[in-house]
Amino acid sequence: MKNDTKSIDDIKAIRKIMEESSRFLSLSGLSGVFAGITAIAGALVAYFFILDNGSIHYNEYLRNLSAEETFSLRWQLIADAALVLVLSVLFSFHFSIKKAKRDGKNFWTPISKRLLISLLIPLVTGGVFVFILLLQNHIQLIVPGFLIFYGLALVNAGKFTFGEIFYLGILEIITGLASAFVPGWGIIFWIFGFGVLHIIYGLAMYRKYEA
Amino acid sequence: MKDLISNINKVFESRVRLGIMSVLMVNESYDFNSLKETLDVTDGNLASHLKALEEKGMIKVNKQFIGRKPNTSYSATETGIAEFRQHLKALENLIKEQ
Repeated sequence: MKNDTKSIDDIKAIRKIMEESSRFLSLSGLSGVFAGITAIAGALVAYFFILDNGSIHYNEYLRNLSAEETFSLRWQLIADAALVLVLSVLFSFHFSIKKAKRDGKNFWTPISKRLLISLLIPLVTGGVFVFILLLQNHIQLIVPGFLIFYGLALVNAGKFTFGEIFYLGILEIITGLASAFVPGWGIIFWIFGFGVLHIIYGLAMYRKYEA
Repeated sequence: MKDLISNINKVFESRVRLGIMSVLMVNESYDFNSLKETLDVTDGNLASHLKALEEKGMIKVNKQFIGRKPNTSYSATETGIAEFRQHLKALENLIKEQ
């Protein structure tokens, strides 16, 4: 009987330590790959369809037009970006839930919730900030804003998942700061930051932990 | 009944060792100080249990330098993970049985 309570206590302690000490390791590399592909697709749609093969240099163009004339263009760009975001998030949830299931782990844990909160605070702040930039006509700062806040979100979330996320965050921040220096090249930096970096990261993570 | 007892691994018969293994089951690697904090044990106590687990091949030690400061981290070996799983299962079965 004494042995019995000891085993129960042991198991309780084990569970607690595991929960407290763990990181969310169900993040799938495939999420990164798909987020990258969606980001590049979104950028190409913006460039070829919304901005008419780049003939609309949105920075100067939007500045010289009245708010009404640029209204639809802006909303198309917002819708495009929002679609990219929603698709990437759905993909990352999908692959992570799948990975968690395959590893026999829970997807919702105190750690994954903490991860999400630490990710969302800088991310939502960035989203609101970028929206304000758009309303205030600081078009050239939108892509840097997205990249910098996203990078900060990843750095923040890196504590609760794979350490590599931290370094991806740093790279996103550097890309964002660099793009602030070169106005007019937003799409290129977007493709590099959200597209290329994600795909490289995703493939590397997939090969390291899942393949 | 005999089978149940045989799966209880003597190597893990200590709170500290259970703690170490629990942390390393869910973390790729963990450094000495974080382990100490998580498990709330003294340096000497933790070190001796880590040594024992290392000698039994349950964990491996990675020594590296962060800047100039030495940093020792630990991770569970494949054997360690498998053995500890078995040990957990045995503990659970023992509870169910009684």
